Amino acid sequence: MSEVKFSKEHEWIKLDGDTATIGITQHATEMLGDIVFVELPELGSSVAKDGNAGVVESTKAASDIYTPVSGEIIENNQSIVDDPAKINADPENEAWFFKLKISNKSEMDSLMNKEEYEKFSKESGN
Amino acid sequence: MENKITALNTLHKKHGAKLVSFAGYEMPIQYSKGIIEEHKSTRENAGIFDVSHMGQLFIKGDSLLAEDLEKIFPVELKNCKLNQSKYSFLMNDEAGIHDDLIITKVVGGFNIVLNAACKHSDFELLKKLLSDRYEMNLSEELSLIAIQGPKAVKILEKIINGVSKLKFMNGNSFNYLDQSIYITRSGYTGEDGFEISINNKYAELFTEKLINQGANLIGLGARDTLRLEAGLCLYGHDMDINKSPIEASLKWAISKNRIISGGFIGHKKIKSQIENGINKVRVGIKPVGRIIARENTAIFSEDNKNIGEITSGTFGPSIQAPIAMGYIESSFSKVDTKIFLEVRGKKYPASISNLPFYKKSYVKGANQ
Repeated sequence: MSEVKFSKEHEWIKLDGDTATIGITQHATEMLGDIVFVELPELGSSVAKDGNAGVVESTKAASDIYTPVSGEIIENNQSIVDDPAKINADPENEAWFFKLKISNKSEMDSLMNKEEYEKFSKESGN
Repeated sequence: MENKITALNTLHKKHGAKLVSFAGYEMPIQYSKGIIEEHKSTRENAGIFDVSHMGQLFIKGDSLLAEDLEKIFPVELKNCKLNQSKYSFLMNDEAGIHDDLIITKVVGGFNIVLNAACKHSDFELLKKLLSDRYEMNLSEELSLIAIQGPKAVKILEKIINGVSKLKFMNGNSFNYLDQSIYITRSGYTGEDGFEISINNKYAELFTEKLINQGANLIGLGARDTLRLEAGLCLYGHDMDINKSPIEASLKWAISKNRIISGGFIGHKKIKSQIENGINKVRVGIKPVGRIIARENTAIFSEDNKNIGEITSGTFGPSIQAPIAMGYIESSFSKVDTKIFLEVRGKKYPASISNLPFYKKSYVKGANQ
């Protein structure tokens, strides 16, 4: 299994073979506040890198979720739909959003590693 | 323009507040536990709200002042008892709402609590309407702290002896250290509670005492979910200069006698709206599914006609469901009428709901 990578839109992605697991970062949940609803992409749908792949609603606002890589959605985490509070509790493990079959592994190259992401989120202040 | 701060700014920071710009002030949107926890702790225990950004206006005068204020506001003030509070509106001739406010008869005049964003324009307007005949002071020295929730009375009574005897929408002066502070039994959360007007110098110490007695600091985020569950309007969202109190479903706040006798600003329009009906009206709205319809969401009828707009929408932590309020064509305002809300390009089913969304299950007494 490869290392976890991060996007500028505050998603994390973990690649295992062709399967990428994607969720939002701890930093993202801190910005969003309490998440109350989540909408995930449909199973079998194709999503394009940086394209819309769901929505999270917090008590404050709605925010789009973007996929950091292209692929076909093969699994949805229904448990976060049923209990969105899980996202605030454990965003980078249990509360993953969806899994996709990655169509172009080279898209991983432009993403940040943990160190780079931490620097990015601190500097961008968002 | 740089934001002003309240006397509790340091305390907010000490308690992990996320600060935002609100009506020209740096105010806490939430503290470290988050909006849902804060909301629930207000409903179950007691929450403390810094509302010092709101305007506290004192107008000095006697019965002549009461008479002059009745020419402005649609409430009875000449027969208002000492320390009695009334909810009212500052309107224009078309009954559009400049601001909603609370007027309290106090020794030597009237106190008026105004919304933060409107307080300076309200002050100027009132000064003009009263032709500069009265001494008016929009205080910079006073903080306003609310404590709300089922345990508010017990907690405040431990610090200020006698507050439990206050009746709802009534106030009085109390002693705190060497200070006279003014407390009313009121609030904007749907809970029992109090609002304490206290000199800035003592505000932090006083608030720390409330915290030590078990109350929690609550930010603007939970203040919004609490008031929306209670079906209460937020100025600038659920009411503004283009809406009248009748359209805002706030007829209850206009004195029946005053509707008959008239003589206040906007009376003609109010009377005509009561007699002839209105085109749009504020209603409660419950989305069917897991969807939050926020401000400006378009409302559609079953036959796909645009019939209104959402003015406030959120997730209600106590009722565990999304809730909203909005203005809708009057013919669709009946409770349980099916409507659709357009969110992110898709139409989601919803229905017109009774207000408030959240009701206390016990009867609120004045001496518990």
